[in-house]
Amino acid sequence: MQISLNGIKNLIKFFSSDDDTGSTNRIAKTFTALQKQKRKALIPFITAGDPNPEITVQLMNQLVQSGADIIELGVPFSDPMADGPTIQRSSERALKHHVSLNDVLDMVAIFRKSDTNTPVVLMGYANPIEALGYETFAAKAKDCGVDGVLIVDYPPEESNEWVRCLDQHGIDTIFLLSPTTPQERIRQVAGMAKGYIYYVSLKGVTGASHLDLQDVSAMVGQLRNYISIPIGVGFGIRDGATAKAVAGLADAVVVGSRIIEEIEKSPDAELLSNVGDLLSALRKAIDEN
Amino acid sequence: MSAYDLPNRNGHFGPYGGVFVAETLISALEDLREQYEYYRHDPDFQAEFAYELKHYVGRPSPIYHAKRWSEHLGGAQILLKREDLNHTGAHKINNTIGQALLARRMGKQRVIAETGAGQHGVATATVAARYGMECVVYMGSEDIRRQATNVYRMKLLGATVVPVESGSRTLKDALNEAMRDWVTNVENTFYIIGTVAGPHPYPMMVRDFQAIIGDEAKVQMQEDFNRQPDALIACVGGGSNAIGLFYPYINDINVRLIGVEAAGKGIDTNQHAATLSMGKPGVLHGNRTYLIQDENGQIIETHSISAGLDYPGVGPEHAWLKDCGRAEYVAITDDEALDAFHKLCRYEGIMPALESSHALAYAAKYAPTLTKDKLLLVNLSGRGDKDMATVAQMSGLTL
Repeated sequence: MQISLNGIKNLIKFFSSDDDTGSTNRIAKTFTALQKQKRKALIPFITAGDPNPEITVQLMNQLVQSGADIIELGVPFSDPMADGPTIQRSSERALKHHVSLNDVLDMVAIFRKSDTNTPVVLMGYANPIEALGYETFAAKAKDCGVDGVLIVDYPPEESNEWVRCLDQHGIDTIFLLSPTTPQERIRQVAGMAKGYIYYVSLKGVTGASHLDLQDVSAMVGQLRNYISIPIGVGFGIRDGATAKAVAGLADAVVVGSRIIEEIEKSPDAELLSNVGDLLSALRKAIDEN
Repeated sequence: MSAYDLPNRNGHFGPYGGVFVAETLISALEDLREQYEYYRHDPDFQAEFAYELKHYVGRPSPIYHAKRWSEHLGGAQILLKREDLNHTGAHKINNTIGQALLARRMGKQRVIAETGAGQHGVATATVAARYGMECVVYMGSEDIRRQATNVYRMKLLGATVVPVESGSRTLKDALNEAMRDWVTNVENTFYIIGTVAGPHPYPMMVRDFQAIIGDEAKVQMQEDFNRQPDALIACVGGGSNAIGLFYPYINDINVRLIGVEAAGKGIDTNQHAATLSMGKPGVLHGNRTYLIQDENGQIIETHSISAGLDYPGVGPEHAWLKDCGRAEYVAITDDEALDAFHKLCRYEGIMPALESSHALAYAAKYAPTLTKDKLLLVNLSGRGDKDMATVAQMSGLTL
């Protein structure tokens, strides 16, 4: 008897459907396992298609090998308003190869063929999602193995329909909180956020370098009063020392621009190993806590 | 039709508008919304705004009957709302004064702005000098090259002009960079957006400050012509001069509202900026509206002879007025606009901005199809001195 490939796919879908909406999706599983080991999550960010589309899946595998717990995969956009120059340039490099949201989803699907455990969170801007349509996006993202999505310019007030749609497909909607978020609003965001909260550690764009650990400590403490899901901190984490310090305060450390810089300055032949070395060093620093 | 009262509390015009920004800006926008809500009903604020418009800007701007040109065209009468006679030469100053007065009351010492052609940058630098505020203007490096005179003008007024090297190095990228500055310096900085775009409350607030154009026109039409016009015609880039003229007339359904976009080298080419005619809804710069984009949702570079219309988005209220049918939107090519520019110079002794020339060009097409007793009110949103180098170049000359 022969079972078609689609048949197998549907069977897998059927048996995994409980996992889709419950607390046992990949992101929750990852954090639960880390908590048991008393370790903190390391979440690297790269832009899909930077410096070229062929290397992205290899780079994702390298990140996992070097200690990544979750991967944030950037969807390139022509107008990345919340990003500093480093991530802007990575988006421009990817767009030179015309990397689309559909291409990014295909990359995740390829990654999933060899890695079924590491959560993948897409991060990007609203308009590529608008162009594809919520439902089309959510269905394909689920099929390709995406676990969470963070859209920078979809704040909670504009996100009811968006959250509902991703929820139906068992994908986490991850939201940002910032130093300027008032208390009342933290409560509101806490009610909608799934997976983890991404706390933006400073006022500014990605890649800035003036992270204030005391501020972060005070704010994360405050967030814990309202938020039961894990809290990740990003923006301004550039080396082992800051990564270690932030890991002492939060559940996850997000590193973006520093990795993109490494990609930018590495010759093709050394790109994977350089990024791997950088991530291993960050992993080591975080685990020293 | 019930009275028009958009946007709603969340800044939505039907499905358009809203607040699509990163978390760090949310509380700043909420603060701005509350403060503006208070001051728009504050008699002292309104009195100071009115005083500045009269004594500093030189309002009211007259309505001028372009008799010779109308006669030449042989149809409806063309009337011009003379925003070109304002201080700094365009309608932009109406809005920058309003926002600067608000910034002062909110205790912000630093103002930032984006600019394409430089008109909004000049208008912002002007009010910053007038009120003694620090001013930083973001401008695409490509636009800096094209608009050298306005760059120097801003510097003379004491502003810092920051070249933007990212993306297409034009207006949309300048807006991105101004947003990045704002997100970083949100505590002491007021972002003066130049058009009816951006996140709520900007589209509403800029509209309200520009509505002086239509408010005056209503009174002047009654006084001078004893009736209201049959149609209003205004160019639309982001759409602030158009909404300023249209808004007070939205409930007057006998008055047609016609917005004129830039068709560049033709809407069937990929070199135009006719967002409402050719774009699709999406999200950019803090609001949902029509955008010129590719099939993957990436924003495409636009083209227009007029830098002020060279923008891939459009104010969300225009998107709604189009969808609900209250306003119509047409497109005029570079060549048609240039022809209207020359016609107004020769027939009326008025040199219009290339932006406004798009509205004039549509009036020139439309007027001959109407009888001589019809009245078309065209918003002459700016003067054309800034465009002389471009016009000369198009005519094969260098100045």
